[in-house]
Amino acid sequence: MQMQAVKTERNQQGQAGDVVLKVENLSLDFRLRTEILHAVRDVNFELRRGQTLCLVGESGSGKSVTARALLRILDRNGSIASGSILLAGKNGDIDIAPLTERSPELLKIRGGRIGLIFQEPMSSLSPVHTIGSQIIEALLLHRRMNKQQARAETIELLRQVEIPNPDKMIDRYTFEFSGGMRQRAMIAMALAADPEILIADEPTTALDVTTQAEILDLIKRLQVSRGMAMLLITHDMGVVAEVADAVAVMHYGRIVEAGSTDEIFHNPKHAYTKRLLGSTVKLEQNPRASTRATALPADRKPVLSVRNLNKIYGASTSWVGGNDFAVKAVDDISLDLYPGENLGIVGESGSGKTTLGRLILRTVEPTSGQVTYFGQGEPVDVTGLSKRQLKNFHRDVRLVFQDPFASLNPRMTVKEVIGDPLIVSGKVRGAALEKRVGELLELVGLDPMVMERYPHAFSGGQRQRIGIARALALDPKIIIADEATAALDVSIRAQILDLLLDIQKRLDLSFIFISHDISVVRYFCDRVAVLHRGKLVEMGSAEQICTDPQQPYTKSLISAVPHPDPRHKRMMHRTRFTA
Amino acid sequence: MLEHTFIDEAPEAGPAVSALKAGKPVQTAVAGPWQLMWAKFSRNKVALVAGVIILMLFLVGIFAEFLAPALPETARPQFTNAPPQELRLFTTDAEGNRHFQLHVTGYTMTVDQASLRRSYAIDDSQVVPVGFFVRGAPYKLWGQFPSDIHLIGPLSPNDTMYLMGTDKLGRDLFSRLIHGTRISMSIGLIGVTISLLLGVVLGSISGFYGGWVDLVVQRVIEVISSMPTIPLWLGLAAAIPLTWSPLTVYFVITLIVSLFGWTGLAREVRGRFFALRSEDFVTAARLDGSSERRLIFRHILPSLTSHILAVVTLALPTMIVAETALSFLGIGLKAPVVSWGVLLQDAQNVRTIANAPWLLIWPSAAVVLTVLAYNFLGDGLRDAADPYES
Repeated sequence: MQMQAVKTERNQQGQAGDVVLKVENLSLDFRLRTEILHAVRDVNFELRRGQTLCLVGESGSGKSVTARALLRILDRNGSIASGSILLAGKNGDIDIAPLTERSPELLKIRGGRIGLIFQEPMSSLSPVHTIGSQIIEALLLHRRMNKQQARAETIELLRQVEIPNPDKMIDRYTFEFSGGMRQRAMIAMALAADPEILIADEPTTALDVTTQAEILDLIKRLQVSRGMAMLLITHDMGVVAEVADAVAVMHYGRIVEAGSTDEIFHNPKHAYTKRLLGSTVKLEQNPRASTRATALPADRKPVLSVRNLNKIYGASTSWVGGNDFAVKAVDDISLDLYPGENLGIVGESGSGKTTLGRLILRTVEPTSGQVTYFGQGEPVDVTGLSKRQLKNFHRDVRLVFQDPFASLNPRMTVKEVIGDPLIVSGKVRGAALEKRVGELLELVGLDPMVMERYPHAFSGGQRQRIGIARALALDPKIIIADEATAALDVSIRAQILDLLLDIQKRLDLSFIFISHDISVVRYFCDRVAVLHRGKLVEMGSAEQICTDPQQPYTKSLISAVPHPDPRHKRMMHRTRFTA
Repeated sequence: MLEHTFIDEAPEAGPAVSALKAGKPVQTAVAGPWQLMWAKFSRNKVALVAGVIILMLFLVGIFAEFLAPALPETARPQFTNAPPQELRLFTTDAEGNRHFQLHVTGYTMTVDQASLRRSYAIDDSQVVPVGFFVRGAPYKLWGQFPSDIHLIGPLSPNDTMYLMGTDKLGRDLFSRLIHGTRISMSIGLIGVTISLLLGVVLGSISGFYGGWVDLVVQRVIEVISSMPTIPLWLGLAAAIPLTWSPLTVYFVITLIVSLFGWTGLAREVRGRFFALRSEDFVTAARLDGSSERRLIFRHILPSLTSHILAVVTLALPTMIVAETALSFLGIGLKAPVVSWGVLLQDAQNVRTIANAPWLLIWPSAAVVLTVLAYNFLGDGLRDAADPYES
């Protein structure tokens, strides 16, 4: 009831479209050891009641710190260099920028008038408190309720964020919630004090596509029904197109372009906006018909074939007592990879796609099933190889990792990293090694002069190129790329994919491309296998899977992918899949 | 509706920064791990000072014979429990002119007839001239090179100089402390080397293979670290035959101390191995065809060395304290070997502390200084050990 009261009061206060928060010439400086980083420079924007402003930019563009500055939760070495953050109030505007750290005004604004949703639902909720007690705390702090009222209100909030059985879930702990559920709980917490402004910092980046669609849906509906102003921070142009009313594009600390969503998408003016949109839209097509080396012959023989592969975790029958609880990570999967082909493996987290890749390489041992590799000479039964024989197999079938930072040894120079497989195989030494490393670096588009440098001197995209060079060092036949572009910004992502396609044209290679990102797979692959809970749901050509999926799960997956065109929003009429 | 605005210039190539200090930026692209570590370590001034102190203590230990004004075992019964003398710069000659002459002043001794206790008073009239690089008692540097040059000492070999006083046999505490530095600093090093070997080998095996190997090693570690150390040392040290030479006893004591000191190191190494084993770059090396030996020595251990160095630095002071404690209790090193613990043995009773407090103060100060310096150095090293995290 109290909420109703607040709402009516709100409605008297203002109309949709009123400016609630105005940022003027905001500049943020970060004091580093030898230099001052001007992370944000002269940023201006307005948040309007009932509307969503999207701050878009790639990593390091300053979009997250801008949002954090609104709540004054910058890191210790950061400071507001100039500018003002004007929050509209009954008695005129309050400037947040000059408030002192522990001042009551600031504490009232934080969580009270401005709510915040973080990116990482796994770490932003306390693991030792129940979900309910964390929301109740916010209510007690900001809404002056007693405990019963707060509990009732919390159940109501959980119902609003569509958590089933809210009266039971209120007493559950964080670890009993899935990622999507946690993000819902996080939203409930941000809404607890009934804020006028909601800041969502990459709220769906850590979530699966289908969960992302649901959460975006929910946030949008809540925002409209409560008449909040929203600042959504994202790197994903698709998400922007789906939910934004206005867009501000950030690049190296400046808003290079701002305008209505339609204007930005269909009439971009700044070169960077054009580039960003270009790389996003590019991934919406499939260039494989033109980039493929030769047309595939009809009666081709596979280079790798997987038959009835299973991996079961947890089922043990040891003498200390068996375990009935078992997870089928990979459930009876059979597929073939043909020479010169790019096979995409798509699925959400927990679908078993990464495990499948590891099973093929046998870094994880399969429970049952067969993997056969048709290299030179006799077909090789990979599942039956000894450790020594496995080494030869690993020379032909290489892995490219997801994380360009963790996959390169920081204590080795680029030459040592790329040269390591060559040295181990005993093929090349001395000057010949240096020459070969130079060739490989040129192949992946890096200057051979950089081989004496250490990995820390390179950006994420460059590191991924080094990782690819390492994979290519032994003239492999198959490359398994496990989310190889997931950690990269969208423009770099397109570059790396183009590089891989280019290399494939020059060398006789097949790719198994594991990804959760439908657009990447559509751009890169000939055929796509869709995995769901360890099972192969559907397999077909990339074009067919993306435009005309047959299975209900695939349909829901494809329709949940945000479409980077505000005139053709896809998520609003997506198909839902319940299993 | 929001109007469409944009900045009408080409996109920038990098983030905006302004330098805090003038000067050319540090070239880190080709800087190896040790260079980066040094860059990070040298920013910690306290650790840097601690490092210099440790270095100086080692130099003192190495050149003990040369630095000490007298031999540690030379006893002069006429100066028992003599108080420290002050090093003075100027003397006044017969005509009353002050001129520069490094010197110490002598003592006048009085004997209390009732208790037969000797007491010393500083006598300004007796001047003992002191100089650098003087000829004094002959010694053999490192037991090899005969010499009689001392860094500092009385000009006449018959005079005495006791900068830190003497003990109950009339031996120069300053010289004994310098010789004690050699033993006390080296016992830590040798002990830690043994601990290091045990800890790194067992920790690596435990961490790399996991499974039952890990189980066995970890249980052994737990059993060892659950033993009460002092009674155990007492028992083991008591088992050393009295007929053994002081040098043998010295090595056996180090062995005893280090046999119980490796467990912490082994745990640290094991933990790091566990973390590194699942790192992508180790998986990558495995897929490159590296053998397990190559994985351990080429890929995992180099990432650990800096951490091991830090842990070792933090383990050294516990070794020194252990030796000091054992010797203080009279079961560690024994005379004629001189260590800080042996020196402290003289300060066990209240009478000594009342009459000759310098016997307690100087050796304890040496131990405290060393332990603190090692801890600050170790902390600094630990912070700098991973130059790649953010």
